[in-house]
Amino acid sequence: MAKLSGIEVYKNLPRTNCGDCGLPTCMAFAMQVASKKRALDGCPHVSDEARAALGDAQVPPMATLSLGSGDRVLTIGGETVMHRHEERFQHPPILAVGLSAALGDAEFAERLDAIEALTFERVGRTIGVDAIAIRHDGVDVDRYGAVVTRIAAATDRVLLLLCDDPHVLAPAVAAVADRKPLLVAATEANADAMASVACQYGLPLVLKASGIDRTAALSERIAAAGVRGLLLDPSPSHVADAVGVMIQLRRLALEQRVRSLGFPTYVDVGGLVDATLDLDLDADARATAEMMAGLSFVMRYAGVMVLDTIEPWAVHPIVTARQDVYTDPQVPNEVEAKLYEIGHPGPEAPVLVTTNFALTYFTVAGEVANSKVPCFICVVDTEGMGVLNAYADDRLTVDRVVAVVREQGAMDRVNHSRLIIPGLVARMRMGIEEVSGWQVIVGPDSAAGIPHFLHTVQSQYQAEADTEAAG
Amino acid sequence: MTLLPQVRRNWARTIHAVTIGATPEDGGTRSCTVTIGGTSAMPFHHFEGTMPHRPAVAMEITDIPPTDWPEALRAPIADVMSDPAAWAARVENDFQPDLLCVRLAGCDPNGANRTPEEAAAVAVAVRDAVGLPLVIWGCGDLDKDAEVFPAVAEALAGERCLLGTISEKNYRTLTALGTAYGHRVIAESPVDINMAKQVNILAIDAGFPEDRLVIYPTTGALGYGIEYVVSIMERLRIGGLKGDRLVSMPIVGDIGREAWGVKEARATLEEAPGWGDPAMRGPAWEAATALIYIHAGADLVILRHPDAVCDAKAAINQLMAGATDGS
Ligand code: SF4
Repeated sequence: MAKLSGIEVYKNLPRTNCGDCGLPTCMAFAMQVASKKRALDGCPHVSDEARAALGDAQVPPMATLSLGSGDRVLTIGGETVMHRHEERFQHPPILAVGLSAALGDAEFAERLDAIEALTFERVGRTIGVDAIAIRHDGVDVDRYGAVVTRIAAATDRVLLLLCDDPHVLAPAVAAVADRKPLLVAATEANADAMASVACQYGLPLVLKASGIDRTAALSERIAAAGVRGLLLDPSPSHVADAVGVMIQLRRLALEQRVRSLGFPTYVDVGGLVDATLDLDLDADARATAEMMAGLSFVMRYAGVMVLDTIEPWAVHPIVTARQDVYTDPQVPNEVEAKLYEIGHPGPEAPVLVTTNFALTYFTVAGEVANSKVPCFICVVDTEGMGVLNAYADDRLTVDRVVAVVREQGAMDRVNHSRLIIPGLVARMRMGIEEVSGWQVIVGPDSAAGIPHFLHTVQSQYQAEADTEAAG
Repeated sequence: MTLLPQVRRNWARTIHAVTIGATPEDGGTRSCTVTIGGTSAMPFHHFEGTMPHRPAVAMEITDIPPTDWPEALRAPIADVMSDPAAWAARVENDFQPDLLCVRLAGCDPNGANRTPEEAAAVAVAVRDAVGLPLVIWGCGDLDKDAEVFPAVAEALAGERCLLGTISEKNYRTLTALGTAYGHRVIAESPVDINMAKQVNILAIDAGFPEDRLVIYPTTGALGYGIEYVVSIMERLRIGGLKGDRLVSMPIVGDIGREAWGVKEARATLEEAPGWGDPAMRGPAWEAATALIYIHAGADLVILRHPDAVCDAKAAINQLMAGATDGS
């Protein structure tokens, strides 16, 4: 929820400093209201207009709505900020892939399978395509209904019904209304009929108009017809236009609190790419263009986006970026401080130390994995600080490192006593050696040097071991 | 129809425009120059500001044949990678980035440990082989970079190269060289606004002009903490536009090195059968990483794969449509 400033509250108070609220001035009271320590009712003299003005500001600036049913209920909207560092992005956009009702049977089944297969495992979570956008593409009412029913039976993914002919759409909606599909789209031409379908089943509806002004006007009209969940598609003409329009819509909703625009957005990425590029592009170039456009709308405020590509290499970056950008920046970027095993480390495996700053850990773990040298990584709890900051802040000290490595039992798992420390804290080497009796090896300054470093270190000790064995 | 309110922001200042490369007219030998920065709003916010210079794409070569590059990166340059001049010419003629980046990986004391003279010889050979503006990126070992850059900066005197990187610890040598030989400098900091600012302050206090600095806030690959860097870049850029002159520099992302370090780019088809054609996947991961940073504020991205260069340039072109674009 957007926060009211003290000044905004103050402007709406009587400004008489009468003291009846228990505070000496209206300004003092306003500050308390802004910081939610007092309710507006604490002032007995607030006018009805002021209450209305300030009450309205308590309503979230962008509606939250959900699609789908059962285990697949997905929520979008409810966003409160322009940039993730200000608070966090609330609900990642729903990613749909288009499936044309006009496809022949074999091709249709093949594509449906391909869409179903678009899932990826990342940091313990399954991410992928959430929804199927069933494009009408001019088929007759029976065919569209049959296709929609067939897809509904074949997948538990969220359904988007892309059909702007209410007569074709209505029977299909009736068949799958319990799946809470998204209806796409109401236009100036069909708004009344589409709104009545949406109202009848209580379903969310995308509205499509040309430009922001007409989108706002159409939104008012549809809201007046009683539709609750709306998504906005101001039909941008190309990718750059769409980025600009998304930013302006978000500001109008969050900063200007334009009620008619306080809804999540809908972007037909496939359609935009077709509008932007020349149509002779080969399939790979087109998939790449969709990927790049899709990433732009992960960064810039899509609520629902529809792709047409089913190339895993084009979809994977989008769903990964979505997961990354929508992580909560307020949560310290930490991984659990424990002993990690990369590969299947045996008794001769190197033992590395690093911090629990997630970026540090993931980079180190990634480079270790690249090296293909199985390793143990002791992660020290530095409260999410990177190596240099943790060192400067006394969270990465000689005693800490020795204690943590001992606690985690890393040295009990190996047949040597060599500990690799980050190159950035090379000066801890002597200290650790003195306290622990281990042999400390200084690793590279940057994680990129880890593979080369590990190979060198391993071959060196292998050679030593061989000499020993031979001697 | 209700009249909608205006949402354009009036930012307090524009980001410095930094020109890299000097043509014979400017006293150098480059066939063109590339200017980055100069923007008066957040990236691609064309409705409220100008982006007089589109985000630029540099392509990276190394002074010795790369040992840790996967086959996908080596294939397009396999026949030229032990000859930096030939490699540079291949990049200029066939792959057509906006700039060429030479990484002096061979100088790494933990690796080939090449001498400053050898590095300077490579720099000169590359300069003579191509007309593209040059970025010269050190091996990352602070002491060694401080030994190598004097020879390299002098050999490329007057070419207005972009040299990197300086940090809190080694800003003196490189800023002095930049001033003496007319180069631009990359200021590095570890994903931290205050440290980014601190390096800039040190460089400026040492007498280096602030409009020749480029911020490198460190880079992470897509899927590996990119969001931290995205937020740092966005905050740097917002800070610069709001009027903080100590962060109002263009930003560079060292993308190729990070993107090609992760399994999503490198894995073979056998290792990751569900991730799609590896020939497309690696360049896609690299181009995707670049685009996210460009949206966050990166004005220059350094890439490795020819297809990623091509894809990034195409995406930038599309995003620049409708811009009031001076370039
Ligand atoms: S009671 Fe109302 S009018 Fe009186 S001082 Fe408090 S806020 Fe102001």
